[in-house]
Parts: sequence; structure tokens; C-alpha cells
Amino acid sequence: MIVLKRIGMWFGLPAILIAIWWATTAQGVNFFVPKPDKMASTFAKVWYSEKFFTDVLPSIGRLSISLLISLVLGVVLGIAIGLSRNLRWLLEPLLEFVRAVPSTILIPVLLLLIGINDTMKVAVIVLGCLWPILLNTVEGVRSLDEVLKNTARVYGLRGFDRIRYLVLPGASPLIMAGIRHSLAVGLILLVVSEMFASTDGIGYSIINFQNRVAIPEMWSGIVLLGIIGVLLSVAFQAIQKRVLGWYYGLKEASNDG
Amino acid sequence: METQTPTLSSVAVSTLPTREHRVRRAARWTAVGPYVLGVAGILAALIVWELYSVFGPVSQHHLPPPSVVLPTFFTNLTFTQFWMTMGQTMWAWFLGLGIATLGGVAVGLLIGSSEFLRSATHTSIEFLRPIPAVGMIPLAALLFGPRIGAELMIVVYGCFWIIMIQVLYGITDIDKVANDTVHTMRMTWLQRVRHLVLPTLLPYLMTGIRIAATVALILAISSELIVGTPGIGRAVAQAQLNDNPPAMIALILTSGVLGILVNLIFRFIERKVLFWHTSVRSEVAA
Amino acid sequence: MTANKSDVRLSVQQLRKVYGVGSRNEVEAVRSLTFDLHAGEFACLVGPSGSGKTTLLKCIAGLLEPTSGEVVLDGRRVAGPAEGMAVVFQEYSRSLFPWLSVEDNVELPLKTSGVPKAERKERVSEALEAVSLSHATKSYPWQLSGGMQQRVAIARAVASNPSVLLMDEPFAAVDAQTRGELEDLVRDVWKRLNMTILFVTHDIDESVYLAERVLVLSSSPTIIQADLHIDLPDVRSQADTRSLHRFGELRHQVYEEVQFAKINPGGERTAAREELRS
Ligand SMILES: Nc1ncnc2c1ncn2[C@@H]1O[C@H](COP(=O)(O)OP(=O)(O)OP(=O)(O)O)[C@@H](O)[C@H]1O
Ligand SMILES: [Mg+2]
Repeated sequence: MIVLKRIGMWFGLPAILIAIWWATTAQGVNFFVPKPDKMASTFAKVWYSEKFFTDVLPSIGRLSISLLISLVLGVVLGIAIGLSRNLRWLLEPLLEFVRAVPSTILIPVLLLLIGINDTMKVAVIVLGCLWPILLNTVEGVRSLDEVLKNTARVYGLRGFDRIRYLVLPGASPLIMAGIRHSLAVGLILLVVSEMFASTDGIGYSIINFQNRVAIPEMWSGIVLLGIIGVLLSVAFQAIQKRVLGWYYGLKEASNDG
Repeated sequence: METQTPTLSSVAVSTLPTREHRVRRAARWTAVGPYVLGVAGILAALIVWELYSVFGPVSQHHLPPPSVVLPTFFTNLTFTQFWMTMGQTMWAWFLGLGIATLGGVAVGLLIGSSEFLRSATHTSIEFLRPIPAVGMIPLAALLFGPRIGAELMIVVYGCFWIIMIQVLYGITDIDKVANDTVHTMRMTWLQRVRHLVLPTLLPYLMTGIRIAATVALILAISSELIVGTPGIGRAVAQAQLNDNPPAMIALILTSGVLGILVNLIFRFIERKVLFWHTSVRSEVAA
Repeated sequence: MTANKSDVRLSVQQLRKVYGVGSRNEVEAVRSLTFDLHAGEFACLVGPSGSGKTTLLKCIAGLLEPTSGEVVLDGRRVAGPAEGMAVVFQEYSRSLFPWLSVEDNVELPLKTSGVPKAERKERVSEALEAVSLSHATKSYPWQLSGGMQQRVAIARAVASNPSVLLMDEPFAAVDAQTRGELEDLVRDVWKRLNMTILFVTHDIDESVYLAERVLVLSSSPTIIQADLHIDLPDVRSQADTRSLHRFGELRHQVYEEVQFAKINPGGERTAAREELRS
């Protein structure tokens, strides 16, 4: 009974929405909105083909590489900046400015400097995703508990040990928050850079369908982006739950007390 | 070093002024350091950029040095055309953010007010939210063409979810205990909103709007780049087509300044609002 | 115990600490402290709240730089956390790594100082056994009660085999029953490992029961107001020692000093009292 109710809760509204969609598109032919069945078949036809290898995989590859680069750079630089007061003072105003630049606007410049290739897209995405991770890492390092820092000093945690056992885990809640932000920004930048200048990729395909006024195909691209977004957020949440298990426990415990 | 105590303490006495001196100097550095180093950092970045542009591997034409870009940046400020372009971007940003906030708060409050609605809408929200708003660009282009409507559609779609989700978080956070206390205190509906709902919700809402404000600027400019709605993004794309890198980079600097302004404004508002929030909070607690 | 120069382990010389030097709100937490601790000595430090006990401990641990004066450990001036020193902090719950389990917390200092794995495991389980936490080794600190967390911090300090152990009100959060057991535990390890212990407490009974020497601080700005020798028998037990006549006398003596300390900032009234007495 409870299971039934749960299923109803999960799939009730989506089912109703799809039913409404069906009902409103069934009679007349709406130019902008294809019928659900047409939509489904188009989706399968478009993406379950060699396009998966020529467009979807390249996009996913660019996104993953860029996120990885941003993560490594952001955490390493963030820890260095967070640990050194003078470095922080030196870079703070500069970072404040660079972070404030809305990253999509860099696409035309990087296009000029690098050309239409993967490096350009990776550069665009990294230039957008780096800052949330970097600034959150700095904040995380700075907000390390004073008593914990003293404890680490007394017990002789130095150099790499200190970073491995104190700084990284202590900053991890904020680092994860930064990564979550970066995921959203990264997807935006991937799509926009592919739309603006590319010869393959999901963004390129979608804009191509638009130019050919292939409406159902265009919609299938939007749906694909949604699916990728959902998968990314599910994967992220699973990782976060593992990495930050202690943090949620701690927070719950201190809320009770 | 000697181990005998008397020697040591005499050493201590003789080193006493220098140690105090050092501590005082450190304290003085703490006061001025951020400014000195901050300015130094910006100057160093400009010098590196200048040198890289002149001697680096990229052509100086494509990456003009700051000595070329900065004059362009400042002369831009004297052109009405430039201010109109800025105005167009900021207007779309402001309208989009405003509509998204109103919509996000209204829908968030509606869904949040009932446990049933919250769980019923969960899956739909989880699927619709991660669709990147830029995916809507082609649709907006088809529906509106290169006009502000297209830009608004993209900005509103992107920001609506951010704000609505924050409102939902806020409502979940209105803790049961506070709810009970207020019940037993026999407050009217209005007083409840004033003393419980608003103070709990506002910090979440402010966070949502602040995040949405940055995202809105990114989305507005994306739309201008790709759909060609008027604004800074389109100006940059045009400068690229006209092969005018100095203009392009000057505009990017401008967008950074805009971004900083947006951040400052929100930090200011947030400080005001949260100040109010804490004062109300402590009033209730007392 | 006779004070001969060679067995001085820890020497505090004219220690003065002012917080916020060069800023508008300077606070003179400690005015001038001078005392020696001998190797293997167990001293308790009592004093009013805010009298600078934690400040003193941090200076000794090398976590704070004294404004003037110095701390000398084994003949060498302390300029940073020294090897072979362990500290149990007053804020015990914040001094445990929340992302490590109880046993990992205890093991960490051993791991980073290069103790081989087998010995590490043995010392960790021994220390946890000693504080009766063998059943909770896999738990996280935040899953434990305040008293249990405090015992983890003590186990961690003991497991690292320190030659000098500093403890800042370590039993404040434990119930009376456990407290007695922990007091005996600390005295036991102290004797077994021949450590030098400086133990901060608010509890006068505790200071007399534990220590061989009680230092009473005046209120801030702080000096040492009294330095009392505790001449109780070496073997102590909760029931017997506390009912000794001498225990009551010493307790009374410390109590008087502590009462007086509250109205004796910077030791300014000490001279007047001495005059009154003689
Ligand atoms: N970081 C700091 N900055 C400025 N003042 C401080 C700082 N830490 C302590 N003080 C001040 O120094 C004085 C001594 O503080 P300390 O914590 O050493 O006292 P304590 O004897 O340990 O007190 P308690 O028994 O309550 O733990 C107090 O007046 C306190 O306000
Ligand atoms: Mg203290």
C-alpha cells in the first residue's frame, strides 16, 4: 500500500503532465510542440545512432576533462591561497574581478586566440568552472576550526600530512558546494560554446536543428540535455553522500544537542 | 644554547624589545597589507598581460596589451551608444531576475505549503531543473527572434528554478519547534508570517537571488551571443566579426565591472536584510 | 622532592602575554609567570575563570608566542610545538577530527610520526581500553556523548607516549563516577610512563587528589599567587585518600588561596596579606 502510494507520488504528476501534453497536441498540429509519441520516436532515431559517437561522446568528453582540470587546479590553488595570508591579499581583488566576468562572454576572444577546436571549449569551461571551486576551497581552508588546527600542530601534522588529514577533509564540505555550482555552470558553457562555434557536439546539433527548423529533433536535443543534467546531479549526489557522510552526521548531531 | 636558567632569562630580557618590535610591525602589516598587496597584484597582472601580449606566442593583434585596451575602455565611457548597450543587457537582466523571483517565490510558497504538493512535484522538478537554460536558446530564437523576449525566456527559465528551490529549502527549515512556540503564543496569521516565516525564509531567498543574479548575467550574455538579442554579448560578437580585439576586450572588462557591481549590490542588500533578520530573530527568542 | 637544576624539565620564565599588541584593544592576559616543573612531576593549575590558564598552556605548547619571557623545555627554548608533548584541549569536541573514526583519531599522531603499523594498532587499542572505549572504536566522535569524546581526546594524548602532558580542564564534561576512574587512570599512566603533567582544573578537590603540587593563579593580570606542595601518600585511592585528615587541610588551604585569588588581580594585595599574617 505504502509502495503504491510512493509510486503514485513519484510518477503521478509526470503522468498527468504527459497526458495533458498528449491531449492538447492530439487534434491540431502545433508547430512548436510535437506529439509525445513523435517526440519519443524522434529521440530514439536521432540519438540512438552514430550521432551518439560523433556528437554526444565528444560533448561528454569535453565536459569531463574540463571539470577534472577545474577540480585539480581549483583545489590546489585554493589550498595554496587559503593557507597563505599574503598570497590571499595579493590575489583577492584580482580574483574578485575575474570571477565577476560572466564567463560566456570570453567565448569570442578565446575563439580568436585558440581557434575552433576542443582546446577552446575546454578553456571556456575551465575559465567558468574554476572560480566556484577555487573560491570555495579558499573559504573552506580559512574556516578550518581553530582548535582542530592547534591539535594538528601539537601532534606534529606538517606539510603533506597536514593537507591530507586536516586541510582537505576540513574544506571538503565547501569544496563539494563549489563543485555543485561548477557542474551547472559547466553544462551551460559547454552548450553555449558548441552553439557559438563548433562542428560537432550536442549544442551544435541543437542549433543545427533549429536552423533547419527541425522542431521535434531540436526538442529531442533539449530532452537529451535534461537527461545529462539529471545524470550529473544524481552522480554528484551519490559522491557527495559518500564523501560528506561525516559532515551530515555532525550537523545532525549538533542540531539535536 | 646554554641550559642554565639564569643565562636564559638574561637572554630573554635582552631580546625583549626586538620581539615586541616584531610583533608591532606584524600588527601594522595586518592593517595595511591587504591594500598594498591587492594593488600590487592588479599591477603585476597588468604588467604580465602587457609583456605576454608583446613578447608572448600569440599575435599582438588578437590579444592587444592593456596599454591599448585600457584607453578603449575609458573612451567607451564617453559614448552614448556604449551606455545604451550596457543598459540593454542590464534591463534584460533586471527584468528576467525580477520575473523569476516573483514566479519562484509564488510557486515555491504554493508547493511548500503542502506536504502533498511537495512530494507530488518532486520528480517533475528534479527532471525539469537540471535542463540547462541555454538548451532553451533555439526555442526562444524560434519563438521571439533576436528580441528581448528571447533573452527573458532564457533568463527566467534559468533563474526560476534556483529561486524556487531555495524557497522550498527555506520552508522545510522552518523548524517545528519554532512553529509550536508561535502556535502556543496565539499569534495571528500576520504575526506568524512576520515573526516566523519571513525571518526563516529570507536568508534562503537572498542566497537564491544572489546565485540567480550571477547566472542571469551569464544567461543574458549567452542569449545575446547566440540569438543576437541586443546587449554587450552581441557587441562582443560583432567586434569579433569586425576583427576589433581591443573593443572586444574592453567590453569584457566592462562586463567584469558589471559583475562586481552586481555582487556589491547584493552583498549590501543581504547585509541590510540579514541584519534585520537577526534582530527580529533575537526579539522572538527573548 | 628536592629541586636540583639538572632535573628541571619545563621552565617558565617571566612569561607575559598580551593579546592584540598594536591594536586598540590590548588585553594583558598574563602578567608575569615564573615556575619550574621537574621531570616526572604532576602539577595542578587552579585559578579563577579568565585568569589565563589556557593562555599559559598554549604558550607552553608552543601554540602562542609569549609577548615577553620564555618557556624552556629540556634546556631548549620553545618556539613551536615540541616533540614529545601532548595536549588535551578544553574544547574537547572541537579537537577531534570529525571525519575520522575514534580509533583513527587516536592513531593519527602515531601514523604521521612513523610508528610501525603493528605497534600502532596495539597502542591504540591499549589506550582506548584504558579509557573504557573499546566498544566504540569504529564510531565517529559526533556519535559519542561529551564525556566519551573527552575520553577519546585523553586516549589520543596518552597513546602518543608524551614526556610532557598538558591537560586543560579535561574532566569538565564527565560524570562524577567516570571522573574518579579517569583521575585514577591519569595518575596510573603518569606513574607508569614517568611523564611530567601540568593539569588545569577548576575543581579544588581534584587538584589536591591528583597532584604533588598545586599552583594557584591570581585573577588577571595574572601572576602565581601560591605554590603549594601536596604531601599526601604516593599511592592514592578515591575512598581512602579523600577521607584523610591531611586531605581536608590541604583542600582548605587551596580553597582559601582560590578565594583570595579572585580579589587579587596582578598579586597587588599579596604583600598586604603577608603583612597582616605576620
Ligand atoms: N584570542 C584572544 N584574543 C584576545 N583576548 C583573549 C584571547 N584569548 C583569551 N583572551 C583573554 O585572555 C584572558 C585569559 O583567557 P584564558 O582563556 O587564558 O583564561 P582561562 O583561565 O583559561 O579561563 P577559563 O577557566 O574560563 O577557561 C581572558 O581575559 C580572555 O578574555
Ligand atoms: Mg581556559
